Amino acid sequence: MDSKILIAKRVALELTNGQLVNLGIGLPTLVAKYLPPGIQVYFQSENGFVGMAPVPEEGMENEFGVDAGGAFIGAIPGACSIDSALSFGLIRGGHLDATVLGGLEVDEQGQLANWMVPGKMVPGMGGAMDLVTGAKQVIVAMVHTAKGVPKILKKCKLPLTSVRRVSLIVTDLAVIEPTEQGLVLREVAPGVTVQQVVAATEAKLIIPEHVPEMGVTEEAEAIPAGGV
Amino acid sequence: MINKALSVANAVEMIPDGASLMIGGFMGTGSPHRLIEELVRQGRKNLTVIANDTARPGLAIGKLIDAKLVRRVIASHIGTNPETQRQMIAGEIEVELVPQGTLVERIRAGGYGLGAVVTPTGLGTTVATGKRTIEIDGKPFLVEIPLKADFALLLAHRADYLGNLDYELTARNFNPIMALAADKVIAEPVEIVPVGVISPDEVVTPFVLVDHVIERDRRAYGQ
Repeated sequence: MDSKILIAKRVALELTNGQLVNLGIGLPTLVAKYLPPGIQVYFQSENGFVGMAPVPEEGMENEFGVDAGGAFIGAIPGACSIDSALSFGLIRGGHLDATVLGGLEVDEQGQLANWMVPGKMVPGMGGAMDLVTGAKQVIVAMVHTAKGVPKILKKCKLPLTSVRRVSLIVTDLAVIEPTEQGLVLREVAPGVTVQQVVAATEAKLIIPEHVPEMGVTEEAEAIPAGGV
Repeated sequence: MINKALSVANAVEMIPDGASLMIGGFMGTGSPHRLIEELVRQGRKNLTVIANDTARPGLAIGKLIDAKLVRRVIASHIGTNPETQRQMIAGEIEVELVPQGTLVERIRAGGYGLGAVVTPTGLGTTVATGKRTIEIDGKPFLVEIPLKADFALLLAHRADYLGNLDYELTARNFNPIMALAADKVIAEPVEIVPVGVISPDEVVTPFVLVDHVIERDRRAYGQ
Protein backbone atom coordinates (compact mmCIF):
# COMPACT_ATOMS: atom_id res chain seq x y z
CA MET A 1 0.00 0.00 0.00
CA ASP A 2 1.18 3.52 -0.73
CA SER A 3 2.59 4.93 2.51
CA LYS A 4 0.42 8.06 2.42
CA ILE A 5 -2.73 6.01 1.88
CA LEU A 6 -1.71 3.73 4.73
CA ILE A 7 -1.30 6.73 7.05
CA ALA A 8 -4.60 8.26 5.92
CA LYS A 9 -6.47 4.98 6.45
CA ARG A 10 -5.03 4.51 9.92
CA VAL A 11 -5.81 8.10 10.95
CA ALA A 12 -9.38 7.65 9.68
CA LEU A 13 -9.87 4.82 12.20
CA GLU A 14 -9.39 7.36 15.01
CA LEU A 15 -12.45 9.38 13.99
CA THR A 16 -15.86 8.66 15.47
CA ASN A 17 -19.41 9.46 14.43
CA GLY A 18 -20.50 13.09 14.62
CA GLN A 19 -17.07 14.61 15.26
CA LEU A 20 -16.04 18.03 14.01
CA VAL A 21 -12.68 17.56 12.29
CA ASN A 22 -10.12 19.86 10.69
CA LEU A 23 -7.72 18.38 8.16
CA GLY A 24 -4.46 20.10 7.29
CA ILE A 25 -3.33 20.66 3.72
CA GLY A 26 -1.56 17.79 1.95
CA LEU A 27 -1.45 14.28 3.39
CA PRO A 28 -4.10 14.96 6.08
CA THR A 29 -6.64 15.90 3.39
CA LEU A 30 -6.51 12.27 2.20
CA VAL A 31 -8.11 11.11 5.45
CA ALA A 32 -11.54 12.25 4.22
CA LYS A 33 -11.41 9.58 1.51
CA TYR A 34 -10.89 6.67 3.88
CA LEU A 35 -13.49 7.04 6.60
CA PRO A 36 -14.72 3.64 7.75
CA PRO A 37 -18.25 2.70 6.57
CA GLY A 38 -20.99 4.14 8.75
CA ILE A 39 -18.83 6.93 10.16
CA GLN A 40 -19.96 10.46 9.41
CA VAL A 41 -17.80 13.32 10.55
CA TYR A 42 -18.14 17.01 9.77
CA PHE A 43 -15.20 18.76 8.21
CA GLN A 44 -14.30 22.29 9.13
CA SER A 45 -12.28 24.52 6.83
CA GLU A 46 -10.36 27.12 8.85
CA ASN A 47 -11.19 29.87 6.35
CA GLY A 48 -14.76 29.70 7.57
CA PHE A 49 -16.86 26.68 6.71
CA VAL A 50 -18.40 23.74 8.55
CA GLY A 51 -19.67 20.83 6.48
CA MET A 52 -17.33 20.57 3.50
CA ALA A 53 -18.33 17.99 0.90
CA PRO A 54 -16.86 16.67 -2.36
CA VAL A 55 -16.23 19.25 -5.06
CA PRO A 56 -19.11 19.78 -7.50
CA GLU A 57 -18.67 18.82 -11.14
CA GLU A 58 -16.22 20.94 -13.07
CA GLY A 59 -17.88 24.15 -14.15
CA MET A 60 -20.45 24.01 -11.34
CA GLU A 61 -18.19 25.29 -8.55
CA ASN A 62 -18.96 28.51 -6.69
CA GLU A 63 -16.01 30.91 -6.90
CA PHE A 64 -16.56 31.88 -3.25
CA GLY A 65 -16.58 28.33 -1.93
CA VAL A 66 -12.97 27.27 -1.37
CA ASP A 67 -10.91 25.48 1.27
CA ALA A 68 -7.88 26.82 3.12
CA GLY A 69 -5.67 25.75 0.23
CA GLY A 70 -7.80 27.70 -2.26
CA ALA A 71 -9.36 24.58 -3.84
CA PHE A 72 -13.10 24.54 -4.60
CA ILE A 73 -15.34 22.78 -2.08
CA GLY A 74 -18.87 21.48 -1.96
CA ALA A 75 -21.26 21.58 0.98
CA ILE A 76 -23.32 18.96 2.80
CA PRO A 77 -26.96 19.83 3.55
CA GLY A 78 -26.80 21.82 6.77
CA ALA A 79 -23.37 23.28 6.09
CA CYS A 80 -22.60 26.73 7.53
CA SER A 81 -20.48 29.69 6.46
CA ILE A 82 -18.78 31.35 9.40
CA ASP A 83 -16.38 34.25 9.85
CA SER A 84 -12.75 33.81 10.86
CA ALA A 85 -13.38 34.71 14.52
CA LEU A 86 -16.05 32.03 14.85
CA SER A 87 -13.93 29.58 12.88
CA PHE A 88 -11.03 30.05 15.30
CA GLY A 89 -13.44 30.20 18.22
CA LEU A 90 -14.37 26.63 17.29
CA ILE A 91 -10.68 25.72 17.18
CA ARG A 92 -9.41 27.63 20.21
CA GLY A 93 -12.49 27.22 22.37
CA GLY A 94 -12.25 23.44 22.51
CA HIS A 95 -15.16 22.76 20.13
CA LEU A 96 -13.07 20.98 17.51
CA ASP A 97 -12.92 17.25 18.23
CA ALA A 98 -9.85 16.48 16.16
CA THR A 99 -7.26 18.04 13.93
CA VAL A 100 -4.98 16.08 11.63
CA LEU A 101 -1.75 17.87 10.75
CA GLY A 102 1.50 17.12 8.99
CA GLY A 103 4.74 17.23 10.95
CA LEU A 104 8.40 18.09 10.40
CA GLU A 105 9.52 16.87 13.85
CA VAL A 106 7.92 15.44 17.01
CA ASP A 107 9.88 14.80 20.18
CA GLU A 108 9.84 12.66 23.34
CA GLN A 109 7.59 15.16 25.08
CA GLY A 110 5.12 14.87 22.22
CA GLN A 111 5.80 18.42 21.09
CA LEU A 112 5.38 19.19 17.41
CA ALA A 113 7.37 21.40 15.04
CA ASN A 114 5.68 21.87 11.69
CA TRP A 115 5.65 25.51 10.68
CA MET A 116 9.10 26.76 9.76
CA VAL A 117 12.69 25.90 8.90
CA PRO A 118 14.85 28.88 9.90
CA GLY A 119 16.79 30.29 6.98
CA LYS A 120 14.98 28.07 4.48
CA MET A 121 11.24 28.24 4.82
CA VAL A 122 9.34 30.95 6.69
CA PRO A 123 5.81 30.57 5.42
CA GLY A 124 4.05 31.60 8.61
CA MET A 125 2.08 29.43 10.98
CA GLY A 126 -1.36 30.11 9.52
CA GLY A 127 -3.78 28.27 11.79
CA ALA A 128 -1.37 25.53 12.93
CA MET A 129 -0.51 26.99 16.35
CA ASP A 130 -4.18 27.53 17.16
CA LEU A 131 -5.11 24.02 16.02
CA VAL A 132 -2.38 22.27 18.01
CA THR A 133 -3.10 24.36 21.10
CA GLY A 134 -6.89 24.25 20.97
CA ALA A 135 -8.21 21.05 19.38
CA LYS A 136 -9.42 18.29 21.70
CA GLN A 137 -7.38 15.69 19.83
CA VAL A 138 -4.23 16.46 17.79
CA ILE A 139 -3.18 13.74 15.36
CA VAL A 140 0.13 14.12 13.55
CA ALA A 141 0.14 12.33 10.19
CA MET A 142 3.59 12.09 8.62
CA VAL A 143 6.13 9.75 7.09
CA HIS A 144 8.41 8.31 9.78
CA THR A 145 11.70 9.56 8.31
CA ALA A 146 12.74 12.26 5.86
CA LYS A 147 15.07 10.63 3.33
CA GLY A 148 16.12 8.14 6.02
CA VAL A 149 16.63 10.78 8.74
CA PRO A 150 14.39 10.28 11.79
CA LYS A 151 11.67 12.89 12.37
CA ILE A 152 10.75 11.59 15.83
CA LEU A 153 13.53 13.03 17.96
CA LYS A 154 14.66 13.33 21.57
CA LYS A 155 14.09 17.06 21.32
CA CYS A 156 12.74 19.10 18.41
CA LYS A 157 15.43 21.16 16.68
CA LEU A 158 12.99 23.27 14.69
CA PRO A 159 10.83 25.98 16.29
CA LEU A 160 7.84 24.45 18.07
CA THR A 161 4.28 24.88 16.87
CA SER A 162 2.96 24.53 20.42
CA VAL A 163 4.16 23.27 23.80
CA ARG A 164 0.99 21.16 23.98
CA ARG A 165 1.59 17.40 23.86
CA VAL A 166 -0.02 15.95 20.73
CA SER A 167 -2.45 13.03 21.10
CA LEU A 168 -1.16 10.58 18.51
CA ILE A 169 1.51 10.19 15.83
CA VAL A 170 0.60 8.06 12.81
CA THR A 171 3.39 7.24 10.35
CA ASP A 172 4.04 4.74 7.57
CA LEU A 173 5.83 2.55 10.14
CA ALA A 174 3.95 2.94 13.40
CA VAL A 175 1.31 4.45 15.65
CA ILE A 176 2.91 6.19 18.62
CA GLU A 177 1.12 7.73 21.57
CA PRO A 178 2.88 10.49 23.50
CA THR A 179 2.17 10.11 27.22
CA GLU A 180 3.39 11.65 30.46
CA GLN A 181 5.97 8.82 30.67
CA GLY A 182 7.14 9.21 27.07
CA LEU A 183 6.38 7.88 23.60
CA VAL A 184 4.53 4.56 23.64
CA LEU A 185 4.68 2.36 20.54
CA ARG A 186 1.06 1.32 20.08
CA GLU A 187 1.07 -0.35 16.66
CA VAL A 188 3.37 -1.23 13.79
CA ALA A 189 2.50 -1.02 10.11
CA PRO A 190 1.78 -4.29 8.27
CA GLY A 191 5.05 -6.17 7.69
CA VAL A 192 7.11 -3.80 9.86
CA THR A 193 8.95 -5.05 12.96
CA VAL A 194 9.36 -3.29 16.28
CA GLN A 195 13.11 -3.27 15.67
CA GLN A 196 12.65 -1.45 12.35
CA VAL A 197 10.57 1.24 14.09
CA VAL A 198 13.16 1.64 16.86
CA ALA A 199 15.95 1.93 14.27
CA ALA A 200 14.08 4.67 12.40
CA THR A 201 13.32 6.66 15.58
CA GLU A 202 15.80 8.84 17.46
CA ALA A 203 13.53 9.28 20.48
CA LYS A 204 13.30 6.59 23.13
CA LEU A 205 10.20 4.45 22.65
CA ILE A 206 8.32 2.68 25.42
CA ILE A 207 7.51 -0.75 24.01
CA PRO A 208 4.64 -2.73 25.53
CA GLU A 209 4.82 -6.51 25.62
CA HIS A 210 2.39 -6.82 22.74
CA VAL A 211 2.50 -4.38 19.81
CA PRO A 212 -0.24 -5.23 17.29
CA GLU A 213 -0.29 -4.47 13.58
CA MET A 214 -2.35 -1.52 12.35
CA GLY A 215 -5.89 -2.64 11.54
CA VAL A 216 -5.97 -1.17 8.05
CA THR A 217 -7.44 -3.02 5.10
CA GLU A 218 -6.57 -3.06 1.42
CA GLU A 219 -9.99 -1.82 0.22
CA ALA A 220 -9.98 1.17 -2.07
CA GLU A 221 -11.55 4.53 -1.25
CA ALA A 222 -14.65 3.80 0.76
CA ILE A 223 -16.52 7.05 1.05
CA PRO A 224 -16.06 10.43 -0.59
CA ALA A 225 -14.92 13.45 1.43
CA GLY A 226 -17.74 14.70 3.60
CA GLY A 227 -18.66 11.21 4.60
CA VAL A 228 -22.35 11.41 3.77
CA MET B 1 -31.05 59.37 2.87
CA ILE B 2 -27.29 59.54 3.18
CA ASN B 3 -25.63 58.38 -0.02
CA LYS B 4 -22.65 56.18 0.68
CA ALA B 5 -21.97 55.29 -2.95
CA LEU B 6 -18.53 56.19 -4.20
CA SER B 7 -16.56 55.34 -7.32
CA VAL B 8 -13.59 53.06 -6.74
CA ALA B 9 -11.26 55.88 -7.89
CA ASN B 10 -12.74 58.39 -5.44
CA ALA B 11 -12.58 55.86 -2.62
CA VAL B 12 -8.89 55.20 -3.16
CA GLU B 13 -8.18 58.95 -3.44
CA MET B 14 -9.15 59.17 0.26
CA ILE B 15 -6.35 56.77 1.19
CA PRO B 16 -3.02 58.57 1.72
CA ASP B 17 0.49 57.16 1.27
CA GLY B 18 1.60 55.46 4.48
CA ALA B 19 -1.94 54.43 5.48
CA SER B 20 -2.64 51.26 7.42
CA LEU B 21 -5.16 48.99 5.70
CA MET B 22 -7.06 45.98 6.91
CA ILE B 23 -7.93 43.97 3.81
CA GLY B 24 -10.40 41.10 3.92
CA GLY B 25 -9.82 37.82 2.14
CA PHE B 26 -8.19 34.43 2.45
CA MET B 27 -5.85 33.57 -0.41
CA GLY B 28 -7.69 36.19 -2.47
CA THR B 29 -11.17 34.76 -1.85
CA GLY B 30 -13.14 37.55 -0.21
CA SER B 31 -10.62 40.27 -1.07
CA PRO B 32 -11.87 43.54 -2.62
CA HIS B 33 -10.19 43.12 -6.00
CA ARG B 34 -11.32 46.42 -7.55
CA LEU B 35 -10.07 48.47 -4.60
CA ILE B 36 -6.74 46.65 -4.68
CA GLU B 37 -6.34 47.22 -8.42
CA GLU B 38 -7.14 50.90 -7.97
CA LEU B 39 -4.53 51.22 -5.18
CA VAL B 40 -2.01 49.86 -7.68
CA ARG B 41 -3.25 52.17 -10.46
CA GLN B 42 -2.98 55.23 -8.22
CA GLY B 43 0.35 53.99 -6.82
CA ARG B 44 -0.29 54.40 -3.08
CA LYS B 45 3.01 53.81 -1.28
CA ASN B 46 4.40 52.76 2.12
CA LEU B 47 1.24 50.92 3.06
CA THR B 48 0.81 48.76 6.13
CA VAL B 49 -1.36 45.77 5.27
CA ILE B 50 -3.13 43.73 7.94
CA ALA B 51 -4.61 40.62 6.36
CA ASN B 52 -4.64 36.86 6.72
CA ASP B 53 -2.11 36.35 3.92
CA THR B 54 -0.62 37.99 0.84
CA ALA B 55 -2.23 35.55 -1.63
CA ARG B 56 -0.03 34.81 -4.64
CA PRO B 57 1.92 37.02 -7.05
CA GLY B 58 -0.61 38.57 -9.43
CA LEU B 59 -3.58 37.80 -7.17
CA ALA B 60 -5.41 40.17 -4.79
CA ILE B 61 -3.03 41.49 -2.08
CA GLY B 62 -0.22 39.90 -4.09
CA LYS B 63 -0.69 42.75 -6.59
CA LEU B 64 0.20 45.32 -3.91
CA ILE B 65 3.31 43.29 -3.06
CA ASP B 66 4.27 42.95 -6.75
CA ALA B 67 4.03 46.74 -7.18
CA LYS B 68 6.18 47.28 -4.04
CA LEU B 69 3.56 49.46 -2.40
CA VAL B 70 3.72 47.73 0.97
CA ARG B 71 6.21 48.58 3.71
CA ARG B 72 4.81 46.39 6.46
CA VAL B 73 2.66 43.26 6.58
CA ILE B 74 0.89 41.73 9.58
CA ALA B 75 -0.38 38.31 8.48
CA SER B 76 -0.63 34.67 9.50
CA HIS B 77 0.81 33.21 6.33
CA ILE B 78 3.04 34.33 3.46
CA GLY B 79 4.06 30.86 2.26
CA THR B 80 2.03 31.06 -0.93
CA ASN B 81 3.70 34.27 -2.04
CA PRO B 82 7.42 33.88 -2.79
CA GLU B 83 7.63 37.58 -3.69
CA THR B 84 6.60 38.59 -0.14
CA GLN B 85 9.28 36.25 1.20
CA ARG B 86 11.86 37.66 -1.22
CA GLN B 87 11.10 41.26 -0.20
CA MET B 88 11.19 40.24 3.48
CA ILE B 89 14.61 38.58 3.14
CA ALA B 90 15.89 41.59 1.14
CA GLY B 91 14.76 43.87 3.97
CA GLU B 92 12.35 45.79 1.72
CA ILE B 93 9.28 44.79 3.66
CA GLU B 94 8.70 44.17 7.35
CA VAL B 95 6.61 41.08 8.13
CA GLU B 96 5.00 40.24 11.44
CA LEU B 97 3.67 36.68 11.47
CA VAL B 98 0.75 36.08 13.82
CA PRO B 99 -1.16 32.83 14.44
CA GLN B 100 -4.39 33.09 12.49
CA GLY B 101 -6.68 32.76 15.49
CA THR B 102 -4.67 35.35 17.39
CA LEU B 103 -4.68 37.66 14.36
CA VAL B 104 -8.45 37.63 14.04
CA GLU B 105 -8.86 38.04 17.81
CA ARG B 106 -6.44 41.00 17.86
CA ILE B 107 -8.54 42.61 15.13
CA ARG B 108 -11.72 41.75 17.02
CA ALA B 109 -10.25 43.22 20.22
CA GLY B 110 -9.41 46.41 18.32
CA GLY B 111 -12.95 46.65 17.03
CA TYR B 112 -14.72 45.68 20.24
CA GLY B 113 -12.77 47.99 22.54
CA LEU B 114 -10.98 45.26 24.43
CA GLY B 115 -7.58 45.94 26.00
CA ALA B 116 -5.87 42.72 24.99
CA VAL B 117 -6.23 39.16 23.81
CA VAL B 118 -5.15 36.63 26.41
CA THR B 119 -4.48 33.24 24.82
CA PRO B 120 -2.42 30.07 25.22
CA THR B 121 -1.68 30.00 21.46
CA GLY B 122 1.99 30.78 20.88
CA LEU B 123 3.16 30.17 24.45
CA GLY B 124 6.62 28.63 24.51
CA THR B 125 7.16 29.36 20.80
CA THR B 126 8.94 32.12 18.88
CA VAL B 127 5.60 33.98 18.85
CA ALA B 128 6.01 34.66 22.59
CA THR B 129 9.35 36.45 22.16
CA GLY B 130 9.23 39.88 23.81
CA LYS B 131 5.62 39.49 24.91
CA ARG B 132 4.08 39.50 28.38
CA THR B 133 2.66 36.34 29.87
CA ILE B 134 0.15 36.30 32.69
CA GLU B 135 -1.24 33.58 34.89
CA ILE B 136 -4.97 33.24 35.41
CA ASP B 137 -6.30 30.54 37.75
CA GLY B 138 -2.92 28.83 37.62
CA LYS B 139 -2.70 28.71 33.83
CA PRO B 140 -0.21 30.74 31.75
CA PHE B 141 -1.39 32.91 28.86
CA LEU B 142 0.24 35.15 26.30
CA VAL B 143 -0.89 38.78 26.17
CA GLU B 144 -1.52 39.95 22.61
CA ILE B 145 -2.26 43.56 21.71
CA PRO B 146 -5.33 44.76 19.76
CA LEU B 147 -4.99 45.85 16.13
CA LYS B 148 -6.62 48.84 14.48
CA ALA B 149 -6.17 50.45 11.08
CA ASP B 150 -6.90 53.67 9.22
CA PHE B 151 -9.04 51.88 6.63
CA ALA B 152 -10.80 48.56 6.29
CA LEU B 153 -11.27 47.42 2.69
CA LEU B 154 -13.94 44.74 2.55
CA LEU B 155 -15.54 42.51 0.00
CA ALA B 156 -19.26 41.94 0.61
CA HIS B 157 -21.73 39.86 -1.34
CA ARG B 158 -24.66 42.29 -1.16
CA ALA B 159 -24.77 45.85 0.10
CA ASP B 160 -27.98 47.87 0.37
CA TYR B 161 -28.10 51.64 -0.14
CA LEU B 162 -27.57 52.19 3.58
CA GLY B 163 -24.47 50.01 3.69
CA ASN B 164 -25.84 46.87 5.34
CA LEU B 165 -23.70 43.95 4.21
CA ASP B 166 -23.90 40.22 3.82
CA TYR B 167 -21.29 37.80 2.58
CA GLU B 168 -21.08 34.66 0.46
CA LEU B 169 -19.64 31.32 1.60
CA THR B 170 -15.92 31.43 2.42
CA ALA B 171 -15.57 34.98 1.09
CA ARG B 172 -16.78 36.07 4.53
CA ASN B 173 -13.60 35.21 6.51
CA PHE B 174 -12.00 38.35 8.06
CA ASN B 175 -14.34 40.89 6.44
CA PRO B 176 -17.05 41.24 9.14
CA ILE B 177 -14.42 41.39 11.91
CA MET B 178 -12.39 44.09 10.19
CA ALA B 179 -15.56 46.17 9.74
CA LEU B 180 -15.28 47.26 13.38
CA ALA B 181 -11.54 47.83 13.63
CA ALA B 182 -10.79 50.72 11.25
CA ASP B 183 -11.45 54.45 11.26
CA LYS B 184 -12.99 54.32 7.76
CA VAL B 185 -14.72 51.30 6.32
CA ILE B 186 -15.03 50.91 2.57
CA ALA B 187 -17.09 48.00 1.27
CA GLU B 188 -16.88 46.64 -2.25
CA PRO B 189 -20.05 44.63 -2.86
CA VAL B 190 -20.64 42.14 -5.64
CA GLU B 191 -24.28 43.32 -5.80
CA ILE B 192 -26.11 46.45 -4.64
CA VAL B 193 -29.73 46.02 -3.58
CA PRO B 194 -32.49 48.31 -2.26
CA VAL B 195 -32.84 48.75 1.49
CA GLY B 196 -34.95 45.93 2.91
CA VAL B 197 -33.82 43.27 0.45
CA ILE B 198 -31.27 42.07 2.98
CA SER B 199 -33.64 41.26 5.86
CA PRO B 200 -32.67 42.30 9.39
CA ASP B 201 -31.83 38.70 10.27
CA GLU B 202 -29.54 38.35 7.26
CA VAL B 203 -27.49 41.50 7.83
CA VAL B 204 -24.03 40.46 8.98
CA THR B 205 -22.36 43.88 9.07
CA PRO B 206 -24.77 46.65 10.18
CA PHE B 207 -24.82 49.81 8.06
CA VAL B 208 -23.66 52.00 10.95
CA LEU B 209 -20.18 50.55 10.57
CA VAL B 210 -19.86 51.17 6.83
CA ASP B 211 -18.71 54.58 5.59
CA HIS B 212 -18.62 54.00 1.84
CA VAL B 213 -19.97 51.50 -0.65
CA ILE B 214 -18.16 51.14 -3.96
CA GLU B 215 -20.43 51.66 -6.95
CA ARG B 216 -20.92 48.74 -9.25
CA ASP B 217 -18.67 48.47 -12.26
CA ARG B 218 -20.72 50.19 -14.96
CA ARG B 219 -18.51 48.73 -17.67
CA ALA B 220 -19.32 45.16 -16.71
CA TYR B 221 -22.56 45.10 -18.73
CA GLY B 222 -21.67 47.70 -21.34
CA GLN B 223 -23.26 50.67 -19.54
